[in-house]
Amino acid sequence: MEVTGFDTWVLSLAVFLPLVGALVIMLIPKAYEMELKLVALGSSLMALVVGAYIAVQFDYGAAGELQFVVDKGWIDVINSRYIVGLDGLSLPLLLLSLVVVPLCLIYSWNHIPDPGNPKAFFVLLLILSTGMNGSFVAQDMILFFVFFEVVLLPMYFLIGVWGGEDRRYASLKFFLYTLFGSALMIISFLALFFLSKDASGELLQTFDMRVLTDVAGVGIIKSTQVWIFAGLFMGFGIKVPMFPFHTWLPDAHTQAPTVGSVILAAVLLKLGTYGFIRIAIPFLPEGAIAWAPWIGLLAVIGIIYGALGCLAQKDMKRLIAFSSVAHMGFVMLGIATLTDFGINAAVFGMIAHGLITGMLFFVAGSIKERYHTLEISRLGGLLKAAPRMGWILGFASMASLGLPGLAGFWGEFPAILAAYNPGAGMPEETFRTYMVIAAIGTVLAAGYLLWLYQRTAFGEPTEEFAGHEIADVNRDEWIAWTPFLIGIVLFGIWPNLIFNVTDDVVSGITATVEAIAAGS
Amino acid sequence: MEALLAFSRPALDWHALAPELTLLAFGTLITVVDIIWDDRSKQAMPTLAGMGLLATLLPILTLAVDGTERSMFGGAYVVDDFSLVLKALFLISGYIVILMSVDYIRDGDYYENEYYTLMLTSLLGMVMMSSSRDLISVFVALELLSIPAYMLAAWRKGGARSNEAGLKYYLMGVFASAVMLYGMSLVYGLAGSTTFGVIAQELGSGAANPVAILGILFILIGFAFKVSAVPFHTWAPDTYEGAPTPVTAFLAVASKTAGMVALIQLVFVAFPGRDDVVQPFFWLIAALTMTIGNLIALRQNNIVRLLAYSGVAQGGFMLVPFAVAAEAPARAVEAVVIYMAIYAFMNLGAFTVVLAVARKTRSGEIDSYGGLFQYAPGLAVAMTVFLAALAGIPPAGGWFAKFGLFRALLDAGGGWAASLGVIVAINTVIAFAYYARILVQMWFQPVPDGDERPIVITGALRAALAVTLVATMAFGVLPGLVGHFGEVSVLSALGG
Repeated sequence: MEVTGFDTWVLSLAVFLPLVGALVIMLIPKAYEMELKLVALGSSLMALVVGAYIAVQFDYGAAGELQFVVDKGWIDVINSRYIVGLDGLSLPLLLLSLVVVPLCLIYSWNHIPDPGNPKAFFVLLLILSTGMNGSFVAQDMILFFVFFEVVLLPMYFLIGVWGGEDRRYASLKFFLYTLFGSALMIISFLALFFLSKDASGELLQTFDMRVLTDVAGVGIIKSTQVWIFAGLFMGFGIKVPMFPFHTWLPDAHTQAPTVGSVILAAVLLKLGTYGFIRIAIPFLPEGAIAWAPWIGLLAVIGIIYGALGCLAQKDMKRLIAFSSVAHMGFVMLGIATLTDFGINAAVFGMIAHGLITGMLFFVAGSIKERYHTLEISRLGGLLKAAPRMGWILGFASMASLGLPGLAGFWGEFPAILAAYNPGAGMPEETFRTYMVIAAIGTVLAAGYLLWLYQRTAFGEPTEEFAGHEIADVNRDEWIAWTPFLIGIVLFGIWPNLIFNVTDDVVSGITATVEAIAAGS
Repeated sequence: MEALLAFSRPALDWHALAPELTLLAFGTLITVVDIIWDDRSKQAMPTLAGMGLLATLLPILTLAVDGTERSMFGGAYVVDDFSLVLKALFLISGYIVILMSVDYIRDGDYYENEYYTLMLTSLLGMVMMSSSRDLISVFVALELLSIPAYMLAAWRKGGARSNEAGLKYYLMGVFASAVMLYGMSLVYGLAGSTTFGVIAQELGSGAANPVAILGILFILIGFAFKVSAVPFHTWAPDTYEGAPTPVTAFLAVASKTAGMVALIQLVFVAFPGRDDVVQPFFWLIAALTMTIGNLIALRQNNIVRLLAYSGVAQGGFMLVPFAVAAEAPARAVEAVVIYMAIYAFMNLGAFTVVLAVARKTRSGEIDSYGGLFQYAPGLAVAMTVFLAALAGIPPAGGWFAKFGLFRALLDAGGGWAASLGVIVAINTVIAFAYYARILVQMWFQPVPDGDERPIVITGALRAALAVTLVATMAFGVLPGLVGHFGEVSVLSALGG
């Protein structure tokens, strides 16, 4: 598709408008609080409008191809270019990221967590937004790396400045884990740069992700692919996070301010899984085939471990964080099957988890604000005290446990099914075992979520809060939450909205993997 | 007698020597002005010194535009793109250090005129270093840059720590020189010449002669002291802490860069065939320097000491490409040059913030940075950018420097290079842990004594901050700016 006129700018606008907003805010003195907030919201909404334009203009018939591609010189000395573009895999994730940020801004409008300072808070959220949007559209590995890393510092500060009691520990842990992963990731990117050859054996020396997807690692021998994949696995796997690198997540989530948790769950974790689907698997199919059973193993361990972790939690937010580990386990299991079905389910799972867990964190944040505690044993009777919020919590919990008809179902169920019949060249028995374990995981999920709901929402309010007036959902919360709720229902009853968009890209990837598996 | 009469004056290329001569002229001018006008001239000194540096950049520009490689004294002194890029880097770093010094030196009631004369002299030594392709000229340049630095380190003459700093630096420096000279004499004995070209021919082929190995190692160790590589780093923290802060910045950036430049020339021009000696040496030294520098930095409570150890570790990163000098020479030189250029700006920037904050808090403890974001958000953000750059986090400049290391290592390939790459990766993580301690203080902690008066930043510091901040961010977002110079400098150093 020839890109002309305004269309050459749309992706860059969607990525950089929030950053422009952040720069403008930095120039406005702190005292003009309303203006600051309006600029922040305005720039993120403008980015969202651009996103809507992209979604409308997107050629759904050619969802498997990159559209709105821009390819400009950037760092000539290392042959890295400013290449952005989006296809059916990037589009839903970009939209998710574009939607979540303004909603988080609205939610924080009058609820800047202690110690206040809306200026810095909003600037960081906007920078974060640029990093996330950029990661989903970058088609050059170095550009991707830069965006991937831009996300780190704002999140570090969001947790560290506005977080809970243990915020210093949590923010540092988050940062060090991710940094280690990205250092290994950049080594792998460079290895890909130096080792990739085209079909005729010519060295490519390129960071262009389109080219590397096309050659699909043909020039790299299997043992090398396995090593490079290991580096990428560390980079992306820590971000997901996969067992046993997940330990930063419960701490980060528990300590982060509400919108920090929401963005972390809704978008940041997806950078990892997106990396697997966009980079690791298509660039190194043989490495992926070799690693897939192990990824599957870690994924199901994550599912069970996350669920057991949930059952042991006393803190509501920490429980939701552990449920993230379990849910991302399903996503990774879907990816590990290397089948069309499984990876589509994984992408769906990413969106669904983003909406549902984001919603749960929102509710947890609002409960914390009202009760000043998230200790499950001290809560109770939410349905009596604040019925609307109680129902929303119930709804999100049902969605999270994978109730058919809501979005969560379409992420988990097909991922489990896909494991029955994994991609070519993979051990069937192993994956079928994984399938059984994952199915047990869903039962556990129902267990911990219903248990959570019972203890917090049913019955009478505990003595401690018996006399207290607990405010129900307020206006800002309704505005911020409604899109999440609509999304959960909409994608639940009409999953093809996403499957249709992603399938072209995913089937392209799995076709490559199958061809390689058949050839070797 | 015959021989003396037969002496003919070597051909001098005045254009090629113009930068050195300009620098020398300004150094002399400052002294003369000082003698004539005495105290009345004090105000003008920093301006004069700064102008001298900027004036010196002019002939460098004309030489760069001219573009021909100029070689003098039988190849002992070469002006090529490599040397020009580094001369410019030394001068710009020097200029920033002078901006940092203005108020510090004036307010502290220290000798002013001599300070700037010595600074220019030391820079003259560095500028010469980047052209030296001969053992003797390297040694002369080294002493010329070091001896003023010994004195500058002890500039706070009333303070015991500053005296300790100067003395320690001096003793270790002289010891290193002695070791190096011994190595040079061995190499000269074998090669029969002091020029790098001849040494490369004589030593570069065949099995290594034990004497040659000893000679090469001694020379390299001499410079390892200069760049404060572990285990020859012990002087650095005490000297850095005791010396006046602008001098510390000067030592940590310019002086270290000069040592690295000498190492580049030695490794790639004088000993290119001896990678069997050079590579294992640098592998070991680089791994030790990164790791130990970082681990000790974790335990520091004084910010200058922390930056000193971080500087040691950063030096270790710069030494990494030398370990693949033979497999990927072009990439390795490029990586070191790029690293030095970016490091100069990010590290000078960090020191500038330290200076600015110390003007208010009068303290060097990390705890004194508590709540900086509350009362000096600009400085806190600037420091955050510099620390992120030092830690190698995009989009601040340092990531491209680290990227260059990885690129050189992977271009070389092989298990040794890959394992060093993993060590670099681990060290990047360790390094962030201590940079984060400063971030934590600035952003997460309350102001220690509740004193929230804003910090007054003087014009000179503001300028230094602006230059370093813009450069650090520009290198991160458009690394091509610095990458170009890296690429240019590679070709000429390798004679191709």
